[in-house]
Amino acid sequence: MLEITLFSLLNGTVYGLLLFMLSSGLTLIFSMMGILNFAHASFYALGAYFAFQISRYIGFWPGLIFAPLIVGLIGAGVERYALRHVHKFGHVAELVFTFGLAFLLEEIIQFIWGNDQRPYHGPDILDFPLFVMFGANFPAYKFFMLSISILIFIGLLLVLTKTRVGLIIQAAITHPHMVGMLGHNVPLVFMLTFGTGTALAGIAGVIAGPVMGTYPAMATDLGSIVFVVVVIGGLGSLGGALVASLLIGIVQTFAVAINVSVNDFLNLIGVSFGPDHFLVDLWTMTLPMMAPLIPYLMLILILIFRPTGLFGNRET
Amino acid sequence: MSTLGNMRRAMNAEAKRRQRLYWTVLAAVLAVLPWVFSSSFAVSIMTQIGIASIFALSYNMLLGQGGMLSFGHAVYFGLGGFLAMHFMNYIEGGFPLPVPLLPIIGGLIGLLFGVIFGSFSTRRAGTVFAMISLGIAELIASSSLIFVKFFGGEEGITGDRTMGAPFLNFNYATDIEVYYIAAIWTFIAMFAMYWFSRSPMGRMANAVRENPERAEFIGYSQRKVRLISFCASGFFAGLAGGIFAIAYEIVTEETLGLNQSGSVLLMAYIGGIGYFIGPVIGAILLTLLRTVLSNFTDIWLLYLGLIFLATVLFAPAGLSGLLMMHGPAYKARRMGLLLVPYATMAIPILITTIGITGILELAHFAQNTSVDDRVMMLYGIPSNIDSLLPWAVLVGLAGIGIYGIRRAKAGVLEAWDQANAPIAPGGQDKS
Repeated sequence: MLEITLFSLLNGTVYGLLLFMLSSGLTLIFSMMGILNFAHASFYALGAYFAFQISRYIGFWPGLIFAPLIVGLIGAGVERYALRHVHKFGHVAELVFTFGLAFLLEEIIQFIWGNDQRPYHGPDILDFPLFVMFGANFPAYKFFMLSISILIFIGLLLVLTKTRVGLIIQAAITHPHMVGMLGHNVPLVFMLTFGTGTALAGIAGVIAGPVMGTYPAMATDLGSIVFVVVVIGGLGSLGGALVASLLIGIVQTFAVAINVSVNDFLNLIGVSFGPDHFLVDLWTMTLPMMAPLIPYLMLILILIFRPTGLFGNRET
Repeated sequence: MSTLGNMRRAMNAEAKRRQRLYWTVLAAVLAVLPWVFSSSFAVSIMTQIGIASIFALSYNMLLGQGGMLSFGHAVYFGLGGFLAMHFMNYIEGGFPLPVPLLPIIGGLIGLLFGVIFGSFSTRRAGTVFAMISLGIAELIASSSLIFVKFFGGEEGITGDRTMGAPFLNFNYATDIEVYYIAAIWTFIAMFAMYWFSRSPMGRMANAVRENPERAEFIGYSQRKVRLISFCASGFFAGLAGGIFAIAYEIVTEETLGLNQSGSVLLMAYIGGIGYFIGPVIGAILLTLLRTVLSNFTDIWLLYLGLIFLATVLFAPAGLSGLLMMHGPAYKARRMGLLLVPYATMAIPILITTIGITGILELAHFAQNTSVDDRVMMLYGIPSNIDSLLPWAVLVGLAGIGIYGIRRAKAGVLEAWDQANAPIAPGGQDKS
């Protein structure tokens, strides 16, 4: 049990911090522009694919630098040349646009790189077990993911609270018009935020691609979970995004690791059903099977009972 | 006073007469279509269009009329389909229900889940509603793989529509019979949805979409209005699902999946959410794209994505919006002014399309071909992907086309302004 707990905690933290890298960008973009970017996870996928392409020619490490930069540039371009234009047509049009963008980006990825998973691997230098515990080893690459995520979190926090740009961003979140009046170029700030947010998603893709797999549907597989995270944490709250990311990450890893079924509970209280019962799927349901459902159940419950999210102060 | 009343009455009578004419024409077209396009491929496409039309119209009850952007509308479509399929199997076991009435079962299930999910998701519109709909969609999609007994796992569940007792001597073995079931239901559902949109209830849905606070002040609960729209929409989505079950005799988890929810959004938006007819146009177009275009190219989904984004960016009112924009010019009898500028615009657009699709097709071919097979038949012309010529020609075409579009733009805008200029008071204008 201790073994399961420790490993689930570690893996859950790695996964949770990865979610945070995506959700931090998403939540920043939302709080500034009021846009829930459906295509956010597509930029994550783009990051992984660009890094894969770069790693084939000049190795993993340059990919870690250049792939997020390219993704960020693309993101800034999308904001500048499309989103700003759609903004005139209202919120629904913006949501529909980012939804369409996610659809199109997935098709473009399939067009360029094909339907199959691409062999994108981490660097050889990190290909060793960091430590062995209870006979299972913890790969160094996961520790590397963990450190990058933490570094990014600290960097983001410092930029937002200690620098002038961070102050302008914070002000633009709540009072965009006033910031404009003071002579700051708010559209430029928006573009940079969108670029930075998508670049963060790109970094997440670069470091997660080797572990989670680099395939066309990687965006859709993670995209909805990232939404769950930002909504549970409270839209626009970075701290909330961090807590919710860790929460979802750890809950999901634990749910996969602990193999209990509804039947076990029923047996505890002395009830049992035959295998031919109409609702047999209910009795044989196990926690690992439930794992994909849990985040969405949490999302719906949060939206019903606390629409501001755990740490948010405005309604979604 | 009485003249005004008379005028209004005359206008109403005129409008009613026109309405009756439209619906009669629709019924006639639906009845005659399978004789005009009689191949079984065409008949099955038309059945598909009918199903898609009902589904897209029901979606537009939410998005267009109620201002609720849903990412999980296929849930109601799919659940309706699954239940209809289960009932089809009960019919085989002797349950006394004629097969053509199965869609009602689907509709009732859609309605039931509309009540359940609507009860908590319609409290707000906007982003909250969209997020809850996404959550529900993911929840049901994941559940469909867990509850194998009901959803049949990855294979889905199947049935046989011909096993029921014959109803008026039909046993539904042929495509034509299925088409007529779908066509009759399409007519009924379209009429009912049109009636709903024109009813006081439909008008209140519009009011709540535009300004929920004011709707509250005149005494309507925004939540109740949304809930009623939501339930009605769920009913018609389930109905469409029921027809789907009859037509295909198989329902899988994809039927209620996120892709299906996305595709109905695409249909409604490309067709145009502002007009009743919009989603039908979208349903026809997308079904044709899916069935016909996919025969010609592997990358039709890429084209679909491009078309969708182009619609959002350049024609947010959709195709029906583009058509309806010309209403004033048509009434002013000035469509002639637009003819030449439109033609000069259409040519470069066509050239650009040929160039860009050519590049995409050629690139796609280059990626998937072997070393020996280097020549592709592009637009009927053998093109060697290793030589520079086809690429240069296509890039040139695209470039010329884009240049032409930019040149023609000013002319179109000018003609548009002329055609829509207010008519000079006191008589016929000279322009």
